Amino acid sequence: MPKLNPRWILKPAVFLICLVPMVWLAWDTVSGNLTANPLEDFRDRTGIWTLRFLMITLSVTPLRRITGWHSLIRFRRMFGLFTFFHSFLHFITYIWLDQFFAFDEILKDITKRPFIISGFAGFFLLIPLAITSTKKWIGRLGGKRWQMLHRFIYVSAVAGVLHYYWRVKLDVRDPVAYGVLLAVLLGFRAFSRLNLFKPLVARVGSEKSA
Amino acid sequence: MLIQRASDIPSSEITPERLYSNRREFIKTASSALGTAAVISILPGCMNSSASGTAQNKAKGPYDTDEKQTPYEDIISYNNYYEFGIDKSDPIKYSKNFKTKPWTVSVEGMVKKPATYTLEDLTKGFAMEDRVYRMRCVEAWSMVIPWMGFPLAELVKRLEPTPSAKYVEFKTILDPSQMPGQKPSIFGGGLHWPYTEGLRLDEAMNPLAFIAMGIYGKSLPNQDGAPLRLVTPWKYGFKGVKAIVKIRFTDKQPLTAWMEASPQEYGFYANVNPQVDHPRWSQASERRIGEFYKRRTLMFNGYAEQVAQLYSGLDLRKNF
Repeated sequence: MPKLNPRWILKPAVFLICLVPMVWLAWDTVSGNLTANPLEDFRDRTGIWTLRFLMITLSVTPLRRITGWHSLIRFRRMFGLFTFFHSFLHFITYIWLDQFFAFDEILKDITKRPFIISGFAGFFLLIPLAITSTKKWIGRLGGKRWQMLHRFIYVSAVAGVLHYYWRVKLDVRDPVAYGVLLAVLLGFRAFSRLNLFKPLVARVGSEKSA
Repeated sequence: MLIQRASDIPSSEITPERLYSNRREFIKTASSALGTAAVISILPGCMNSSASGTAQNKAKGPYDTDEKQTPYEDIISYNNYYEFGIDKSDPIKYSKNFKTKPWTVSVEGMVKKPATYTLEDLTKGFAMEDRVYRMRCVEAWSMVIPWMGFPLAELVKRLEPTPSAKYVEFKTILDPSQMPGQKPSIFGGGLHWPYTEGLRLDEAMNPLAFIAMGIYGKSLPNQDGAPLRLVTPWKYGFKGVKAIVKIRFTDKQPLTAWMEASPQEYGFYANVNPQVDHPRWSQASERRIGEFYKRRTLMFNGYAEQVAQLYSGLDLRKNF
């Protein structure tokens, strides 16, 4: 019998875990555990899980750098596609269950309301990333161009957090928390790109030796 | 009186309420609307009895709507009552031990008899009435609620405001020990407590303005504003200040909690108006709780006949 590679278990396991939020939502729907306004539950829960998966996806690179656990990269595409999956459900909730394809109303929303504009922007920016997420597309575009394209996730994430911030009625604590987390995740990239960590590490090192 | 009558409902009649739960209804409508077979069937006999309960069997009053009433279970589990938390499901959880007895209401300002009244003294002799009103939340959902209580006009007359009084201001109890949402937060982001609302005196005297002490013939659940709350069905729901402990008559327009928090979004009048959008979302339509499709929002929530004259000559776009 061939030896079972732990990777073959780990990836499906992570995949199944990523499905939990929506299975949970489906279960709540069937068992009558939603609020009196189920549509709001669909809307809010698909929305918040989009943001959560965005943050998870953006955490992969910093975590790899910090922990040295480089095989984390294997999960990045999956997390990214789960982000898209939730944002798609969120988008469908709005177009279908909230607006019932009333395109005149939707058009009014897009042109008038910043929180809808940022939501649309965040979602549509993810579409090319989802499409080009295969190995084939990396080859077709070339690594560098592919990477450039996929930096759009930063813009999408900023749009997503703004969307959340503009949507809440009053209590901005949660959106601000997501904003801070996003700033940390993007800040990490800016720092390492500008090599700002090196002198820091050097200083810590010299202090230790002193 | 209704409170007594309510307790006479045999439990066999109350039980189907759960069957009636509008989540099932929603799933049913949703599944048929989505083109799939309706998987859940509800006994047709259960449809109109049960939750609709007391008020619907009674003779319809001049201000009552005969639209289908929102199930009791939804009215008590889907609440905006930030004193008990931001989520709709928070109030039912965190208001369980809220003390409504004893209760006093302090009457202040431009009034002949400023005093602190016990709730019993304040409402003594008022006949309890049923009012089946539409309730439109500023968040674009709505309910039909069979309230029980008395017209605000009767209370105002009893308290005798002086001729200089032009407005009446209401305040909710301030008690962070009982209301977790009132505890100061280092991150801020909340309303300024106690919750404050107000009406022009002529609005308060309109026969639609109502003080509710019950729903569905039962005393008001804590999460719905016990022991007494304001109901102004032609205005957005946030006007309905809950757990009132202070009534003040004044000649200056009160600064309401929502105006203070976000003046560009919430005005003093807060009249339901499908033509004037919230700066961030449309007010043209609403989702009636329990229904799948949205419906058009009506001017003054369908009470234009009773209240439109209050605002003649007023620019409702500016005075939102």
